[in-house]
Amino acid sequence: MSALGELGSLRGKKTAGQKRDNLAGYLFLAPWLLGLFLITIGPMLASLYLSFTDYNLIQAPKWIGLDNFTRMLSDERLHNSLRVTFTYVFVSVPLQLAIALLLAVVLDRGVRGMAFYRSVFYLPSLLGSSVAIAILWRQVFGTTGLLNQLLDLVGIHGKGWISDPSTALGTLVVLNVWTFGSPMVIFLAGLRQIPSMYYEAASVDGAGTLRRFFSITLPLLTPIIFFNLVLQIIHAFQAFTQAFVVSGGSGGPSDSTMFFTLYLYDRGFGNFDMGYASAMAWFLLVIIGIFTAANFLLSKYWVFYDD
Amino acid sequence: MTTETLRTTVAARRTGVVTWARVRPLVIHVVLAASALVMLYPVIWMVVSSLRPGNEIFRDPGILVKDLRIDNYRVGWNALTEPFTRYLLNSAVVVLGSIFGNLVSCSMAAYAFARLEFVGKKFWFAIMLLSIMLPIHVVIVPQYILFSHAGWINTFLPLIVPKLLATDAFFVFLMVQFIRGIPRELDEAARIDGCGRGSIFLRVILPLMVPALATTTIFTFIWTWNDFFSQLIYLTDPHMYTVPVALRGFVDSTSSSSWGSMFAMSVVSLVPVFLAFLFGQRFLIKGIATTGIK
Repeated sequence: MSALGELGSLRGKKTAGQKRDNLAGYLFLAPWLLGLFLITIGPMLASLYLSFTDYNLIQAPKWIGLDNFTRMLSDERLHNSLRVTFTYVFVSVPLQLAIALLLAVVLDRGVRGMAFYRSVFYLPSLLGSSVAIAILWRQVFGTTGLLNQLLDLVGIHGKGWISDPSTALGTLVVLNVWTFGSPMVIFLAGLRQIPSMYYEAASVDGAGTLRRFFSITLPLLTPIIFFNLVLQIIHAFQAFTQAFVVSGGSGGPSDSTMFFTLYLYDRGFGNFDMGYASAMAWFLLVIIGIFTAANFLLSKYWVFYDD
Repeated sequence: MTTETLRTTVAARRTGVVTWARVRPLVIHVVLAASALVMLYPVIWMVVSSLRPGNEIFRDPGILVKDLRIDNYRVGWNALTEPFTRYLLNSAVVVLGSIFGNLVSCSMAAYAFARLEFVGKKFWFAIMLLSIMLPIHVVIVPQYILFSHAGWINTFLPLIVPKLLATDAFFVFLMVQFIRGIPRELDEAARIDGCGRGSIFLRVILPLMVPALATTTIFTFIWTWNDFFSQLIYLTDPHMYTVPVALRGFVDSTSSSSWGSMFAMSVVSLVPVFLAFLFGQRFLIKGIATTGIK
């Protein structure tokens, strides 16, 4: 009887505590919830509505149904911007991750001065998104820029890499690959987690360096590779600053660096075609969503979880 | 095969192994140092070039300075509508406001997610994770409309207020991960001593999560300092320009004579990032690693 009473009072305490937890939980969450509704979900729904309208900021939005979306179907510049963005994402992200993985594996093998190299390789990922580095890139790959000055020393006469539509996008790919430091640091942390006994056992069995890499390191690192892949793809789809500054805000030459985000900016804030820009933004969200979902679906075929 | 030849081959192989083992670290060092130099060369060259007379940028790919000149800095500082001090101060205001906002709002949300049991927690947590991946472009147009109706264009409010409302959900996630590593026994002990949830947060959790707060501070500093897209959209009055938007003004006036001062001001803009990196790299690297693993 007394035990039952105790149980009851315990339960009573628990519910009272739970109520207080509910209250406290939502109080602590209040700023975030406010932001979620006012700054994120509200505007998201508003932009969904605007994507079905014609809106120039001055006159009230005019409902035009699916016109913005059908317009996107026949918008050649938009198709081009998609091509540019896809090329950028699918060339620069794998390259960046491959280099990050390679250097992480080298650094992980107990190189003396490892912390120093890690810092040096990491630094560009902090600088890479700045306008200053974009300005530097404009100079380095310009007609009389650093690269061509260096090429001149060995007798090669280089062209203007940024002014040539066939190589302008390449300079931006190089810039993204240059920031391989942050995925590299994530790889390094992942490599630390691999138990050394696996390697010892493999060595006893006579496995060489390459064999150990492909049979132990790579499979056990697949969750980290997957994580980096998802993150960097999402990131690369949204790239803006570098293309904007390197091309002088135009996406040129001949739209060769016109990323989807640049075109969106041009429509929305260059021409105040806010309805169309909103439709484009939702299209971008859908694209990123599809690629992220595909990544997750495909992951079960190649990502290996140890536990 | 005689024992003699067997012995020599074994010996030869052994010396071979020894030399490769000895040479290998050296080879790795040379390769690493060379790639580090290639990577940083353009940046070093930019710093050096900013200290040379204007036109040499297009002539000298080397990194030796014969005579140091600060002319580019003097000219660049006053080349735009406002002195560069103005832009630095504007950026500082935005950065400090953002840091304050992120520290307060993200730590509160993180405490709720990591320690409090409330109805709908899992749901909100999932929403929070999803919002990290949300492209800013999806919300920027209506946000712009909202803030322009509020009369906030050409103020720093559109850049700071969202941070006060924890819209940088990445940091919420980072702090949740960190708080989960703090032993719950400490909360319990404080509770027994009569602490409520508020004072547990202030007196137990916050002091223990200083490393996570430091990581947040440094990342917010660097990302806000470099941020261009939202500053470009909300700040159109040269008086209110931040450093990145001002630097971009240089690009528009692309006469080759201004390259020197453009480089000089670019270097100035990178100094704070470099300093943050220098003094905060421990927190940066730890921060990436902890959020990366989970």
